[in-house]
Amino acid sequence: MSIETDATNNAGPQTLTMGKGMKRKEDPRFLTGNGNYVDDMRLPGMLYMAIVHSPYPHANIKGIDKAAALAVPGVKAVITGEDLVAASLAWLPTFHGFDKQMVLAVGKVLFQHQEVAAVFAETREAARDAAELVDVDYEPLDPVISPFDSMKDEVILRDDREDKTNHIYHWDSGDRDGTQAALDDSEVVVTERIYAPRCHPAPLEPCGCVAQFDAMGRLHFWVTSQAPHVYRTAISLVTGIPEDKIRVISPDIGGGFGNKVPVYPGYVCAIVGALILKTPVKWIETRTENLTTTGFARDYHMDVTIGAKKDGTVTALKVKTVADHGAFDAAADPSKYPAGMFGVVTGSYQFPVAFAELDAYFTNKAPGGVAYRCSFRVTEASYAIERGMDILAQKLTMDPAELRRKNFVRKDQFPYDSALGFTYDSGDYEGTMDKALNQIGYAELRREQAEKRARGEYMGIGISTFTEVVGAGPSKHFDILGIKMFDSAEIRIHPTGTGIIRTGTKSQGQGHETTWAQIVAEELGLDPQNLLVEEGDTDTAPYGLGTYASRSTPVAGAALALAARRVREKARKVAAHLLEAAAEDIEWVDHKFQVMGAPSRSVTMKEVAFAAYTNPGEGNEPGLEASLYYDPPNMTFPHGAYIAVVDVDAETGEVKVRRFLAIDDCGTVINPMIVEGQVHGGLTEGFAIAFMQEIPYDEQGNNMAPNFMEYLIPTSVEAPVWETGSTVTPSPHHPIGAKGVGESPNVGSPAAFVNAVMDALAPLGVTHIDMPLTREKVWRAIRDAQAAAASD
Amino acid sequence: MTATDTTDTTLRTVTLNVNGQTLHQQVEPRTLLAYALRDAGLKGTHVGCDTSSCGCCVVLLDGDTPAKSCTMFAVQAEGHQITTVEGLGGPGNLHPLQQAFWDQHGLQCGYCTPGMLMTAKAMLEHNPDPTDQEVREFLSGNLCRCTGYNNIVKAVQQAARVMRDEAQAQALAGMVPGTDPSTGTAGGGAQ
Ligand code: FES
Ligand code: FES
Repeated sequence: MSIETDATNNAGPQTLTMGKGMKRKEDPRFLTGNGNYVDDMRLPGMLYMAIVHSPYPHANIKGIDKAAALAVPGVKAVITGEDLVAASLAWLPTFHGFDKQMVLAVGKVLFQHQEVAAVFAETREAARDAAELVDVDYEPLDPVISPFDSMKDEVILRDDREDKTNHIYHWDSGDRDGTQAALDDSEVVVTERIYAPRCHPAPLEPCGCVAQFDAMGRLHFWVTSQAPHVYRTAISLVTGIPEDKIRVISPDIGGGFGNKVPVYPGYVCAIVGALILKTPVKWIETRTENLTTTGFARDYHMDVTIGAKKDGTVTALKVKTVADHGAFDAAADPSKYPAGMFGVVTGSYQFPVAFAELDAYFTNKAPGGVAYRCSFRVTEASYAIERGMDILAQKLTMDPAELRRKNFVRKDQFPYDSALGFTYDSGDYEGTMDKALNQIGYAELRREQAEKRARGEYMGIGISTFTEVVGAGPSKHFDILGIKMFDSAEIRIHPTGTGIIRTGTKSQGQGHETTWAQIVAEELGLDPQNLLVEEGDTDTAPYGLGTYASRSTPVAGAALALAARRVREKARKVAAHLLEAAAEDIEWVDHKFQVMGAPSRSVTMKEVAFAAYTNPGEGNEPGLEASLYYDPPNMTFPHGAYIAVVDVDAETGEVKVRRFLAIDDCGTVINPMIVEGQVHGGLTEGFAIAFMQEIPYDEQGNNMAPNFMEYLIPTSVEAPVWETGSTVTPSPHHPIGAKGVGESPNVGSPAAFVNAVMDALAPLGVTHIDMPLTREKVWRAIRDAQAAAASD
Repeated sequence: MTATDTTDTTLRTVTLNVNGQTLHQQVEPRTLLAYALRDAGLKGTHVGCDTSSCGCCVVLLDGDTPAKSCTMFAVQAEGHQITTVEGLGGPGNLHPLQQAFWDQHGLQCGYCTPGMLMTAKAMLEHNPDPTDQEVREFLSGNLCRCTGYNNIVKAVQQAARVMRDEAQAQALAGMVPGTDPSTGTAGGGAQ
């Protein structure tokens, strides 16, 4: 897809903006150093907070001596878990609702780097110096690192809980017996343990906050939050501060990717500090704190079993998952969906029967389980099925594209009820895959591969034809802390035909200031350049559940379009007054109002806006604004077909991604330039997950990737050149047909990369290697396969 | 006591030349340049890591040397001309690099952007006509989590073209007597 940015977009009004690559309105601010991130907040008298972290993954705390820390010049206070117990602030609820989380360790530490104490000082340096001097007396205990050990319940990690077990919950979906019977009857069955490694979203801006109580005792809280309204409610519930006395502000956010959804202990400590010291407190995470304490993702061990006929028709799918949730169940999933949307694991295929189950366990690792650029466990599910389909293709010696074609849900079957209970809204899986196969020259690549194989070279082609489920969600099913997952929009048009738009979402780089203006401009025939978008301030924005799980466009985007239509209805009456006609005789054509059958008698929205304040007409309500809360009737189901082409060096294990093509179908496209940018970013994160990123723990419970030297982010040298394209299957239930796109590339691409490498190594009989596919792992797999072949 | 004594917390005044202006800043010997700049209100210079890995903090020293300001003490920057993103161009007068990042959608959250721009500026000072691969190599000390770099490379190439054209126009204008080569306008000195 080549993007021509619209040359006219800075010059004068532009009414038809939808589907155009309008340049982003927010960019001049970021390009000139005028962004306003949390760490840019500076208030008079502001103190800095630093956190003391546990070096042990599991230990009793025998005592904490604050004296040396308090003696550091500039230090104002040190607080510990015991202090918080006295104030009834020692525990935080988690979004899931199955558990609670320690703010500062009480009695025990349960993971390495756990927050043990917080220090408040006049400078950031003094705060850190003092944190080093807080003397904690630990009695180390044996850590339990693997969930497969933890499930034995030999050591109970959480003695604070009523249930004396490390098992947190069981979840299942589908037909257990029917699936087993179908598998027993299947001509071919493949099964594989597939691990989705623990990784971290690692936005470039770490998490942080500034807490301030004003003279009237009202809390102003600037925070890196993807969901400011949920934070306001959560803070009120935790602290007991009435919700009207709390203002949460998410200013510019330097990337989130799921990391900035949960409420973290540091936030509570900063609020406590501001309260007791009666002065503002700032806390900004270090990168190490970010990678070791806040919001990891994945850590699912999935046993995937697929049954099929010899001709490749799939007959059943069974997935049994062990989930490692770390020390607290802080996973950010909707309450009724402990395993998120994992039920989308049947993917793009017609499984007549399926069963998925999951058991989650505590271990002595950091808590989390956030949706890292994915809609609640969809990446895990998509990876499992797309990997599984390739393993099946390999077993059947069938082309993976043909196997997929044989099993796709067909275009004419939508809305489609999947075996695990989702109703897919729309899609054209075969059309999208065919476009990808043609565009990349699939047949030619297979010929080249055959030639290379004959020469003993390892080239691979990997396909992933994933289906996502995004836009949580219908209030019947979805809530967080009991709050239904609707979203909201408010539009005010000023007398001069400009306006302000507010939503309950929060951009972290997605470009809402541009796309929201485009949606409203399109609906109202106004200039998007003069529609200001404001998000993130709970005092002004309508209540919303925030931006994650690709829900902004499906939910808030829909709210905006419908709110704009409300504005239009109101404007129609004013237009009728101006045109001296009945409102029923006024139609909206080509972005203006005209009298039916008399197109020469027309008024623009700009004219109507002025009249709405100066001459609204007898009986018409003055002003021109509307607000709306949107409860989506269903989720949206974006899909795509991705193809990776790799060369593997058998001597070194090095994988070179030679080409990567992504055809995405996200329904109606608001701004193709932004969509392409989202796809590029998500593919690069998917590439990182496939080849570079993991947060491993050693047997002693040490976090082995606590900084960017160990936790690798692709640089411009590693990042491949991306080829992109699209098909458009609008969502039938979304007012403008949009589905959301930000997460598709991250959800769909890891399987394409891994499938490509496995395809390259297929002649050696290698069927699966767990991510990340580092050179060492690939090299070892090749060496082992060669050794096995030699000994046969 | 040396400039790198990290236990010395005595405040001292450093004189920094930033974007052509002189700043007097109270710092500890161990205060990092990134924080000294940010504390002076130049918030465009960001901090994204503790290991010199991300490049969010890159500023220019003496016009063409990119430096990670998180890996340098403020006291070490005395005597250098420092350029931050604020010195590159403002909202009304974008530098060709800023314009190109805007045109090519070379940014999303904007957190890496100031550092990217400064590193790219340094590269173009040394190599006005780079290949894509050279751009990628020069920028490899600057991480971006949002864009996947493809559009950043395009943006740098657009800026390189514009800057080469400008340089050529200036050179041509300089051949005509009475023209001010620094602005390309005739009648130098009239402004
Ligand atoms: S802040 Fe990361 S390199 Fe300077
Ligand atoms: S634009 Fe977000 S890190 Fe680069």
